[in-house]
Amino acid sequence: MNAKGDGESATIKNRTTVERKSERELVVARTFNAPARLVFEAWTKPELLKQWWAPKSFGVSFLSCEADVRTGGTYRFVFGHPASEQPMAFFGKYIEVTPHSRLVWTNDEGGEGGAITTVTFEEGGGETLVVMHDLYPSKEALDAAIASGSTCGFSETFEQLDELLATLGASVGRA
Amino acid sequence: MVQHVAARLDASFAALSDATRRGVLEQLGRADASITVLAEKFNMTLTGMKKHVGVLEQAGLIITEKVGRVRTCKLGRRVLEAEAAWIERYRQLWEARFNELDKVVEELKRKEKVDERKGRR
Repeated sequence: MNAKGDGESATIKNRTTVERKSERELVVARTFNAPARLVFEAWTKPELLKQWWAPKSFGVSFLSCEADVRTGGTYRFVFGHPASEQPMAFFGKYIEVTPHSRLVWTNDEGGEGGAITTVTFEEGGGETLVVMHDLYPSKEALDAAIASGSTCGFSETFEQLDELLATLGASVGRA
Repeated sequence: MVQHVAARLDASFAALSDATRRGVLEQLGRADASITVLAEKFNMTLTGMKKHVGVLEQAGLIITEKVGRVRTCKLGRRVLEAEAAWIERYRQLWEARFNELDKVVEELKRKEKVDERKGRR
């Protein structure tokens, strides 16, 4: 995936973990080799957000990226994907923006079933632990998100999971 | 674990490629239901719903149980495997994002160092 390397081939990538912590919660965690203020900056400036939120390896691209990152501000991300004719829009409101430590926003595109996302930035020893916590209104809402295959909305159908299956199959040598 | 899931999910994905069947799973996630109730909920004939239930059952996504004259459907253990696959895909998405974020942060670090040097001069 990183054939070009951009001079970062020597860096060992930190592990991303995902856990369904409870019936209503999903938690993503990852450590970054940088102080919290820089990582926070990358989450809160639209021009930086744009550079990483729609990963090329997932085939998605930004059509527009608006984010007014302050308490009460709103965001609206619109993506295009070759598998989908309609652009996909994600929007909501920032409920809390505490510089360098905490971001909380709503996910309103799915109506009432949308999660509240809390991201915390914890600095220690020059590294920053980022923990992203999605809290769904009910067990049913999270189950529905999973059943509909909407991995943060990027795949509206389970057909994309077929691609995953192919990837998984290839990576384990199709045992 | 991943290997195990990958090897056994084919039938599940075929079963899940249909919107009605995904709806049935959602419905069963809330409560067990008879085929008659499902047919009504999805505005379908009993025969049509029986077919969908059959596909889901074959895939191991649901199990059915006949008590008297009523066949009740409930979620099967494969649903949990589908959940594991979804979580893995979600993890891959965030991993891809975070690998890009690494680059952005490295660039910010580099710029900051350059600015510091300039500042000292």
